[in-house]
Amino acid sequence: MAAAPNEPKIRVRDLKVSYAANVIQQGVSFEVKEGSIFAVMGASGSGKSTILRAMTGLLRPSGGTVCYGSLDYWSLSDSRREEIGRGFGVLFQGGALWSSMSAAENVALPLQMFTKLAPSSIDALVQVKLSLVGLQSGRDAMPSALSGGMRQRVGLARALALDPQVLFLDEPSAGLDPTSAKRFDDLIRDLRDGFGVTVVMVSHELPSLLGICDDGVFLDADRKTAIAHGAPLALREHSSDPAVQAFMTRATPIAPTHAPTGDANGPH
Amino acid sequence: MADSPSGHGWASQVRDGDLLLVLNQNWTETEFDPSELVPMQALLEHGTWNSVRFEASQMGRLGSPLLAFLDSIRSMALRLNIRFDETGLPGPARKLMQLIPTAAPVAEATRRPVSFIEQLGQSVIDAGRELSASTRLIGQVILRSAAALRGQARLRKVDVLACLSEAGAGALPVVALVNVLVGGILAFVGAVELRRFGADIYVANLIGVAEIREMAPIMTAIVMSGRTGSAYAAQIATMQGTEELDALRVIGIPVDDYFILPRVTALSLMMPLLNLYAAAIGIFGGFCVAIAMLNLSPAVFLAQIEDAVTIPEVLFGIVKSFAFGAWVSISSCRIGLRAGRSTNDVGHAATSASVHGIVGVIIIDAVFAGCANALGI
Repeated sequence: MAAAPNEPKIRVRDLKVSYAANVIQQGVSFEVKEGSIFAVMGASGSGKSTILRAMTGLLRPSGGTVCYGSLDYWSLSDSRREEIGRGFGVLFQGGALWSSMSAAENVALPLQMFTKLAPSSIDALVQVKLSLVGLQSGRDAMPSALSGGMRQRVGLARALALDPQVLFLDEPSAGLDPTSAKRFDDLIRDLRDGFGVTVVMVSHELPSLLGICDDGVFLDADRKTAIAHGAPLALREHSSDPAVQAFMTRATPIAPTHAPTGDANGPH
Repeated sequence: MADSPSGHGWASQVRDGDLLLVLNQNWTETEFDPSELVPMQALLEHGTWNSVRFEASQMGRLGSPLLAFLDSIRSMALRLNIRFDETGLPGPARKLMQLIPTAAPVAEATRRPVSFIEQLGQSVIDAGRELSASTRLIGQVILRSAAALRGQARLRKVDVLACLSEAGAGALPVVALVNVLVGGILAFVGAVELRRFGADIYVANLIGVAEIREMAPIMTAIVMSGRTGSAYAAQIATMQGTEELDALRVIGIPVDDYFILPRVTALSLMMPLLNLYAAAIGIFGGFCVAIAMLNLSPAVFLAQIEDAVTIPEVLFGIVKSFAFGAWVSISSCRIGLRAGRSTNDVGHAATSASVHGIVGVIIIDAVFAGCANALGI
């Protein structure tokens, strides 16, 4: 279904996330429009996945708010948060498939747990979801017998199991070869276009960020906060922040004093 | 058509020789019922249609059930040579349908039922292979131990010391707790029964001989099987899954040398020492209970124990403990090595190591008991 354009689906305000006394990010604010593909960008260790954990209910923030529509997610009761969480689909890094279950069983479990569908209906839906992500065979294979790309696809099918309203993707194309990564990016865009789902994607893969993301936020590990907002393509063209420029152009942000030749800040 | 079949979310109409399916309502996962495809199949099979078309202006939310519905109709239409005209579908639905291939899904290899005889035969073959692999591992450990003594094995002293510490000093508290209680329980049972015959003093014999010969070695081996053996199996199985063992092999470090040998050495050497410690603690537990319950002086109790426990019995317990340690460590490592690469396999390996270790210890003890009887120990 077509999403109402320009309507914020998620509002993050002044978010602070930390592990014990170790502050990972603070003062992070952004809005995600319904039906958009939103990127949480930044270098490794900048706290992208931690922000995602705070958005999906896996880590209580130390401060700030995460709102879905008009609901302040972390001020709700546990049961209410669980209810909202059923509208989330999450693809973890590497798929995080349940290793004791086959690919089909991984996708079927959420349907068995949260719907009253007959086994034949669940089987039909599992087949459709696996087909959607390009897995026509191997539905009975165990995760240990699947390649990295196939595990990602099964993980995506599982994330789509309950037809989520928001799809969270943690490094979806990490570890995939460029061709597979491109296909995976196209698949995410097609699923967004088809289902109208809002996608929040954590990634540091430039081709994915530049190729499919409509909007985003850039997190900096040193300053421990968001330092830029906007579409990745626009950030690459217009951001004046050296860290953003370095990331977007794959350059080194600080010129090494011992560099034998060349301009360390220039694009490579 | 006299009747126009319909279902939840759809109704059918006939238009110029075409079958028009009018989609209405939401297509969410709570409302999908594949049995509704049965009248659709009959409708397609018994009519003469040029094409199947769609009208979706009344349709609500698009969900996966619609795709399952459309995919089934498309497959039926393909089989019956009816044109599947998707132009009336909403754009997003058309886009998603393009992702689902029109060809029938590749059939999974069908599994032939396996008869009981085949299962039995396969079990015997598997057991033979396992016996062969275990024997090879035992032989390899013995050979590499000899090489290690000559300083020719590829292992680090620090790993051996860490394993010795973990299997020895690290196990002292739990071994002490179990054995002090077992000694106390033995003394309690012995005191109650022997007092009836006025044979109070023989509770010392009971505790001394039982602890030195049987209870200390067996209880220590059971504790170590559950504690250390299952840890070895889980550790090695995890390393299989994370390809750490492959990383060792690929640079030419034998897993037997680097990983198995330190563990087998540590547990085999530490088990006899733990056995002596456990026996002493067990006798202490029995001593406390016996002194508290019976009219015995500590000096008399200790003199009786000294009289009852002989050196061959102490040596018998030590030799048994060594065998238990070797069995628990080798079987656990073997189970870890043959484990699969999933997290589920790690749990299975840990459980399996614990069970194999304990059952093996009991069987070995029975063999030792038979041998001791034959030798008059």
